[in-house]
Amino acid sequence: MPYETDYTNQGFTKVGTRVNRPDGVDKVTGRAKYGADANAAGQLVGRVLRSPHAHALITKIDTSKAEKLPGVKAVLTGKDFPDLTGGNRGLMDILENCMARGRALYDGHAVAAVAAIDADTANKALKLIKVTYKQLPHVTDVDEAIKPSAPIIHDWVRTAGVTPAPTTASNVAQRSEFGHGDVDAGFAQADVIIEKSFKTEQTHQGYIEPHACLATLGPDGSGELWVTTQGHFTFRNVCASLLGLEVAKLKVTSSEIGGGFGGKTHVWTEPVALQLSRKANRPVKLVMSRDEVFRATGPTSSTSVDVKIGAKRNGKITAATAELRYQSGAFPGMWAMFGAMTSFACYDLKNVKSVGFDVLVNRPKVAAYRAPSAPMAAFAVESVVDMLAAEIGMDAVDFRIKNAAKKGTKASYGPVYGPIGIGPTLDAVKNHPHMKRKLGKNQGRGVACGFWFNFGGQTCTDLNIGVDGSVNLTVGTVDVGGSRASLALIAAEELGIDYEQVRVTIGDTNSLGHNDTTEGSRGTFSSGMATIFAARNAVEVLKQRAAATWDIPVEQVVWEAGEARAKGKQNNNLPPLSLKEIAAKSPRTGGPIAGHNEVVADGAGVSFASHMCDVEVDPETGATKILRYTVVQDAGKAIHPDYVEGQFQGGAAQGIGWALNEEYIYGDDGRLQNAGFLDYRIPVCSDLPFIDTQILEIPNPNHPYGVRGVGETSIVPPLAAIGNAVSNAVGVRMTHVPMSPPRILEAIEDGQA
Amino acid sequence: MEVQLSGILSQAAGGARCVACTGATIGELLQSLVLQYPEMQMHLDDGIAVAVNGEIYRDRRDQPIPSNADVFLLPRIQGG
Repeated sequence: MPYETDYTNQGFTKVGTRVNRPDGVDKVTGRAKYGADANAAGQLVGRVLRSPHAHALITKIDTSKAEKLPGVKAVLTGKDFPDLTGGNRGLMDILENCMARGRALYDGHAVAAVAAIDADTANKALKLIKVTYKQLPHVTDVDEAIKPSAPIIHDWVRTAGVTPAPTTASNVAQRSEFGHGDVDAGFAQADVIIEKSFKTEQTHQGYIEPHACLATLGPDGSGELWVTTQGHFTFRNVCASLLGLEVAKLKVTSSEIGGGFGGKTHVWTEPVALQLSRKANRPVKLVMSRDEVFRATGPTSSTSVDVKIGAKRNGKITAATAELRYQSGAFPGMWAMFGAMTSFACYDLKNVKSVGFDVLVNRPKVAAYRAPSAPMAAFAVESVVDMLAAEIGMDAVDFRIKNAAKKGTKASYGPVYGPIGIGPTLDAVKNHPHMKRKLGKNQGRGVACGFWFNFGGQTCTDLNIGVDGSVNLTVGTVDVGGSRASLALIAAEELGIDYEQVRVTIGDTNSLGHNDTTEGSRGTFSSGMATIFAARNAVEVLKQRAAATWDIPVEQVVWEAGEARAKGKQNNNLPPLSLKEIAAKSPRTGGPIAGHNEVVADGAGVSFASHMCDVEVDPETGATKILRYTVVQDAGKAIHPDYVEGQFQGGAAQGIGWALNEEYIYGDDGRLQNAGFLDYRIPVCSDLPFIDTQILEIPNPNHPYGVRGVGETSIVPPLAAIGNAVSNAVGVRMTHVPMSPPRILEAIEDGQA
Repeated sequence: MEVQLSGILSQAAGGARCVACTGATIGELLQSLVLQYPEMQMHLDDGIAVAVNGEIYRDRRDQPIPSNADVFLLPRIQGG
């Protein structure tokens, strides 16, 4: 049935309060069960053998000695994964990434796997597998990969998005162009034009929990998978497709998740674990090491971006262009396309053009990382925006306000905006006390804006009321950032009961209809919408039960403040019936009381943020200290302000690490040199100031409560905000992320030269 | 109605940035588009989004399209 999703500006009594999260005690006491915490009788230990080469033909794999080792129950290579993809190239890429098929495409690419009775035996078995490689030329740098002399990663790749279609292989998998107007004419009108090139290095999401699963798959094709994931329904569908299973026969349960940020939206070892289990006919537990997480899961792209923006002396931008080259690892992706789409989305531009090139290299397959691809584009664009403002002598915030997109603006990626929040975030920045703090020697301030699309997607929710009046809400979106608390608040609001009466469960794939992966900032937006409608359906049942109890027509019953009330003078003698009272009588009034909803939650509403940052740079060491950091973002209605602020702060913290320290470092041999948290440095508490936040609540017109997604946009501005702050502190434009101490010293020296 | 295309979707329509289509709903519009440009089917299978007067729809094929609406076809967005 259709549901009215329009914003209604209703008042709230529960939504917007800062209640304790229901999963907090479990998580701080260790009771919560994560990916590696499940066990099964007779389970085996799974281990994966990985390529030490960046690019190599696998001429032979001899597994005979490993198979004979006592305690080894299954050994797999690429030959154990028949092609069941039906010609679907995307599925084949997933399969080939899970297990190499004749060629290792990057350092860390899986080439074989074993299942054994314990870890020692499994490790010994890996050493007994003899792989004969013939090394091939490799390329890991995005700019090197597009040169004519670069080794071709896949001879079947023809650049998509080019007319006429090319006939020869290329490492450029796709060209994507967006924009409108006439940029040449726009630049001709400009008084000042700034053109600059930027680079960003590859980073990992850095989730603390490694990938882990417990797989059981029998010879009858029935199986179960316990796994840390952002999308257990998607994992079920993908694993079933790759392994030739019926979707309904594979039950996937999502564990608690120790961070994902986009990295747990793809399968990596799960099909391998299931196939090992099928071969051994025993459960297989497979837990990645940190080294494997870095080498063989999905970091974000490294990039190379050229930006050119022209403006009149009055501060109005006349034209803007960007060329963005994003590496997608060893398999085609669409990451440069997202960079091209988001690059100028904050601005109202008459003449704009952005072109993205997705580039193949010998690195692991790139995955999403929180507003994927937008931070790198923002780093380049927001840096040039700052340079342009300085060149025409205009305050950088005023310059952005003058050019900010607004309702009715034709977005640089195409559509026309509805009500949006970029202008209000900039106004809030301009008036924020942060901007009035005085700066000292070697200190600098930076501001930057960011954009992300957000989306909703397929969602299915069940709400069941127990005989004691407690409520179990079952949702299919994984709780990656406190959504259980937000969804319980929504259910309590709709039913008019206490927050503590609601328990939220993440249902497995056999419990609910399909739910899209928890990505795109969709969790609270979409499951919140489904919860509202499921609760309203349950309220209809509650009203029917009350009407039956009173023996009056249901039309004479209303639901107010958590109880059924009989309308009309003729019903004055009927005292209200609370939810608890109706629930207690439910076994004799028609049985269980429940509400259900399935929805395609479109209309998520785009999201904007503006960040301010103060830094101090030590000119002797090049080390940067973040003095102050403030996030202003449009959240729509903040269901649980603590978790909205937490998302703002989390994105900023990850952005700070990305901006200052984090990077994949590859040697000339194409091997990753720093696959561990000792050498790949994410920020720790002592690296970060208190990250201040300001929530703007500009209602999303397409959600009953006005909710927008909030999880991703906050990682978009930090690279640029910090880049602008460091540049202002040292007096040299920073163009290469991370702005690590050696790079800052080099920039200072180059500036002095 | 006129449907605006960008990126790789434009290539599937022979490089056109704007094509004429019919349809009262998103589903009907996409059917009309594939009839004219069969190569578009591959992108539909991979997933696309349709912006109608600025609102982006990914999966709702029954969404009505008002007359004179601003319609823009986009690649399907992934998130993190």
